[in-house]
Amino acid sequence: MSDETTTGIDNRKLLMWVFLGSDCMFFASLIGTYLIYKGTGNLDIGPVDVFDIPTTSVSTFVLLMSSMSMVFAYAYLVRNNINAFRIWMVSTIIMGATFLGFQVFEFSEFYFHYDLSPQTNLFGTTFYALTGTHGLHVTVGVVWLAIIFYSSLFRNSVSAETNLDLDLAALYWHFVDIVWIVIFAVVYLFGTFPGFPS
Amino acid sequence: MTSIPLKLPFKLNLSRPTNPTGVMDWITTIDHKKIGILYGVTAFIMFITGGIEALLIRTQLAGPELKIVAPDVYNQLFTMHATTMIFLGVMPLSAAFFNYIIPLQIGARDVAFPRLNAFSYWTFLFGALIMKSSWFLGGSPNAGWFGYAPITTTTFNPGNGIDFWIVGLQVLGIASLAASFNFIVTIINMRAPGLSFMRLPLFTWMTFITAILLVLAFPVITVALIELMLDRTFDFNFFNTKAGANPLLWQHLFWIFGHPEVYILILPAMGIVSEILPTFSKKPVFGYAAMVLAAAFIAFMGWLVWSHHMFTTGLGPIANSVFTITTMLIAVPTGVKMFNWLGTMWGGDIEFNTPVLFSVGFLSMFLIGGISGVMHSFSASDYQQQDTYFIVAHIHYVLFGGAIFAIFAGIYYWFPKFTGRMYDEKLGKQNFWLMFIGQNITFFPMHFVGMQGMPRRIFTYDSEMGWAFWNGVESFAAYVVAFGVLLFIINMIKSWISGPKADGDPWDGRTLEWSISSPPPVYNFLDVPKVESLDDFWHKKQKKNKSVKSKTNPKSIHLPQASYWPMLVSLGLAIAGYGIIYNLVVCGIGLAMVLVTVCAWSWEPVNEPDAH
Ligand SMILES: [Cu+2]
Repeated sequence: MSDETTTGIDNRKLLMWVFLGSDCMFFASLIGTYLIYKGTGNLDIGPVDVFDIPTTSVSTFVLLMSSMSMVFAYAYLVRNNINAFRIWMVSTIIMGATFLGFQVFEFSEFYFHYDLSPQTNLFGTTFYALTGTHGLHVTVGVVWLAIIFYSSLFRNSVSAETNLDLDLAALYWHFVDIVWIVIFAVVYLFGTFPGFPS
Repeated sequence: MTSIPLKLPFKLNLSRPTNPTGVMDWITTIDHKKIGILYGVTAFIMFITGGIEALLIRTQLAGPELKIVAPDVYNQLFTMHATTMIFLGVMPLSAAFFNYIIPLQIGARDVAFPRLNAFSYWTFLFGALIMKSSWFLGGSPNAGWFGYAPITTTTFNPGNGIDFWIVGLQVLGIASLAASFNFIVTIINMRAPGLSFMRLPLFTWMTFITAILLVLAFPVITVALIELMLDRTFDFNFFNTKAGANPLLWQHLFWIFGHPEVYILILPAMGIVSEILPTFSKKPVFGYAAMVLAAAFIAFMGWLVWSHHMFTTGLGPIANSVFTITTMLIAVPTGVKMFNWLGTMWGGDIEFNTPVLFSVGFLSMFLIGGISGVMHSFSASDYQQQDTYFIVAHIHYVLFGGAIFAIFAGIYYWFPKFTGRMYDEKLGKQNFWLMFIGQNITFFPMHFVGMQGMPRRIFTYDSEMGWAFWNGVESFAAYVVAFGVLLFIINMIKSWISGPKADGDPWDGRTLEWSISSPPPVYNFLDVPKVESLDDFWHKKQKKNKSVKSKTNPKSIHLPQASYWPMLVSLGLAIAGYGIIYNLVVCGIGLAMVLVTVCAWSWEPVNEPDAH
């Protein structure tokens, strides 16, 4: 098998793009379900009652910054500055994990404090399914980055010439980040914005 | 580009299969040709089981008030018949062609991701087994192939059948998605030098468009299935009407997937016919660019018509009018294709052998199905046709007379390429006429009884209704079709074992797969071909260039090596699938197995460095 491709783009990179396109439809369906059910069913407890916009803004900011940190990690890897690459990797992973920590905190707050479970009402069902799916995506991303970081601790296993694995992970990471921006806007901001129909 | 040699924190040592033989060879193979044959044979067996279910349905309906199968078994029969034919029959039969033919048509040695390809097959097989095993594990799904929620929620459907359906479809979806990712990348990235997009054979084009539709449509039904699974397993409220759920949510999600799905079923069939007609008319395809653009337009419009399945749900006159218009619009590019096929044959020196007969059968049957399709695209008239046998007639004209006829045409056409032997032409023609006549007598009268108001999905009917005569005729003719399929099986087995030897190019073919021996060597092309035009192989034959003997040593060609992991990952998925139905601990074990085997797979190089 020759390593050359017709377009010059690596097969795996193309695969990643196609997968992300497919994943877009996956999230679109979940967000669609959420919007269709918004403001219907049992409204005893809803977005206005449970969302804490300042807290979630912080976690959103952390996730956004992790994307920036990812860019630095990649840039240093391409420049073959492995030490700087490692530092930015650690920072990306920590920020990703922090975001997940916020989500765990948020879920437990909703569940124990507000008594909101997926079984409670349509809001609970659609909210947990959508944000839970996103959380799973972030978890996969954190594990993936952690594996790359772990292997970079061994001599000569990560270098500028072999940056494709990181490139793929970075692509995925940015995608998951963008999806969160959409969720944060549609679910959190529009859900609590006073003039917006709920 | 090479990848980072990642270090595993644990050691997984299952030494790689080297030159496996027999069963082990088939289990670990990643050769696209062998996987194509596995796909084809498995899907054909599934097609037969779906046919048996159809015969049981027709037997039950042969006369009024028969009691051959019980009503609840009847519900399972029609659900499983449609699910089988669509997801385990037509789709994987198309996938068999994708696997075998696409790398050959684009001049590649294999697909872009050979192990992913093997994974697709095994996952399809396990998905099919999960679905079919429901017959022996307490009852099959019984809510129709579209599984409308809320009737599929535990409140109305407490048995296990629906769980088998949900899990089976999700596993099959993973298989289809993996295959489609693979073929999109393969067609974009593995083309031979000079083979630009507008020189691609039409079958490759149709595969490409089908794969794009699939990667965009399947996530939608996957979400719907996950939502239903969460409802059934963990008491979520997606389809719980008591909590205020909208009973139309499922229908929207399902048909946003469902209508692109019908093009996923028919576009490959159109591609097959577009290969056969030029070859045997001895003319280039008429209007190549129009064919490609028409297909792309059909695929795009396929996203804007889903509510034509929901005209009677009360969406209102505006929505119904809009979806009427968009649906009717699709008839235009379809008509373009129809005229292009006719134009291809027009004035051609046509040889009416079995593949051509089946292709012409496809054209005429698909035309009838298309016309009845335009009839119920009109929302006002659809109110009378919805859920009657008129729709059953339509669907079978496009999927049996259409897709299945084209698939049979393709099997006959490429049979010499697959096996290196010729099929029996006489048996082939008998097979065609039995199926052609049988299918028309089975399905045409359904238009009549449908117009008389006979509803679908009823297990019997009163003798007073006046439907008995045509139903009797239909049931008789269904057995004629079955007899035709039997002749096909006999032909295939006989010819595969003892048919006369076929050379590499028995049809004076036009595309690259005919430029190599039959069956092709494991590496496909000794030298990667250089393409200069559409139908390049045919043009080169006309120039009568003496082909230069290649100096490449076949031993110097490095092919990807066999692997255990794809099958083991699929097995993990199957275990997780049964776990969701029976026991969540088992599900966890299955998922853990998937995790471990996926890691082992990623750390296994495509080629062992020392195996050169
Ligand atoms: Cu449709």
